[in-house]
Amino acid sequence: EPLDFTPADKYSTSETKTPYDKVTSYNNFYEFGTGKDDPAKYAHNLDIDPWSLKIDGMVEKPFTLDHANLTQRFSLQERIYRLRCVEAWSMVIPWIGFELAEIIKAARPLSSAKYVAFETLYEPEQMRGQNSRFVGGGVDYPYVEGLRLDEAMHPLTLMAVGLYGKTLPEQNGAPIRLVVPWKYGFKSIKSIVRITLTDKEPPTTWNKLAPDEYGFYANVNPEVDHPRWSQASERRITGGGLFSRNRIETQMFNGYKEVAPLYKNMDLRKYY
Amino acid sequence: MAVTVFNRPVRLNNFQIWTGKACAHLLITGALIWQFLLGFSDNLGADPVQSLLDFTGKHAVHLLLFTLCLAPLARYTPCGDFIRYRRMIGVYTFVYALAHFSTYILFELQLNWPLIGSEIIERPYISVGFVALLILLALAATSFNVIRRKMGRSWQSLHNWVYAAILLALLHFSWSQKTIWEEPIFYWIAAFIILLPRLQYAIQSKTKKRKRCKTA
Repeated sequence: EPLDFTPADKYSTSETKTPYDKVTSYNNFYEFGTGKDDPAKYAHNLDIDPWSLKIDGMVEKPFTLDHANLTQRFSLQERIYRLRCVEAWSMVIPWIGFELAEIIKAARPLSSAKYVAFETLYEPEQMRGQNSRFVGGGVDYPYVEGLRLDEAMHPLTLMAVGLYGKTLPEQNGAPIRLVVPWKYGFKSIKSIVRITLTDKEPPTTWNKLAPDEYGFYANVNPEVDHPRWSQASERRITGGGLFSRNRIETQMFNGYKEVAPLYKNMDLRKYY
Repeated sequence: MAVTVFNRPVRLNNFQIWTGKACAHLLITGALIWQFLLGFSDNLGADPVQSLLDFTGKHAVHLLLFTLCLAPLARYTPCGDFIRYRRMIGVYTFVYALAHFSTYILFELQLNWPLIGSEIIERPYISVGFVALLILLALAATSFNVIRRKMGRSWQSLHNWVYAAILLALLHFSWSQKTIWEEPIFYWIAAFIILLPRLQYAIQSKTKKRKRCKTA
């Protein structure tokens, strides 16, 4: 379905976009299988309407958004962001969405709130990976993620409801997902049903699975390698087959330098 | 009829062997060339490099497992001629593994030599795969009849390294995944079943030796 939105130049990149069919056929969404093509094959089983997204925890005004609210309550913008996967490939994607800060402000966070926890839908009958350990990679579902409150309030942090001008395909995290462009892709949790403000650092799925490989912060950082591969460079997926020389240098914070002040005085080797 | 089928031994004549080999060459070489052509023309999904790495890597393992099936098949079925395909499939295992490695350095790391060097040395899962490749290289290089004859008994002890190669290849495969509960588990099970007759054979010959020692 087409969406109404305003183009936003300030935060968008003018780099070559990854074509729509590549964005929607090459996904990590282990709820539908661990293969990159599994989500496109199986995610149509996901029932996204009706939907309910709950905002609760340390807030004055907890509330719930239904399916129509997701695209109507906040005004939508286009943001063309780089997406850097922890597996050392990247895409450029035109998302449609609104700033996460808008939801959080609407709920009036208490001063004690320090973190934001996110949770994906848990529905094993619709998500085959949640039904079988062999399909879902042995992940402990539901998928959970988290941000520090100041990261969540940063204007770059987006709640996406669409891409390429249309509502999100299921495999990309319909009906609503997080997009944090300066962090590795796994932080950008899909098909969110709950956002909870809290005073403790929330557990995050990949960190629980392999704490030495995936940290809570997971900022894109060319100087801190994954234990099994280098993060100094990446392959940009656009098009052109095997001979396209698409290996490029990875930028600190994926090129979003404006977030650097969030981490001053922090040892990013320790808090990877 | 069934009885006559299983009458031993079932021998293949040279024409049948030759036809079988021609088909295998066509299929195995053809599939590899076809995948690369699809990759060059951007018809291998969103990331042709990853598709090609998966294709060459998995089929190298398939071919290696198949190679390891041929000796037990020759031994335990009426058709001993299975063994006449072993060298061919074994050499193709090396060809696919080489295609896998070439894809990695040419298209994944794109000839960034310092990166290639550091990845092979510093990343255990890459090192393990590289060692498996070197073993396969040694086995392929010594697969010619002339060399085999010249090597005498040491040929067999060198070629027993194929067992190390399959274990290292599967370790490389498992290690490359993000979690344990993924596809490689099934390959470990398959490898265990295929190697089971040899394990049994090894244990039996050991106990026989021990018995012989005792009676002496």
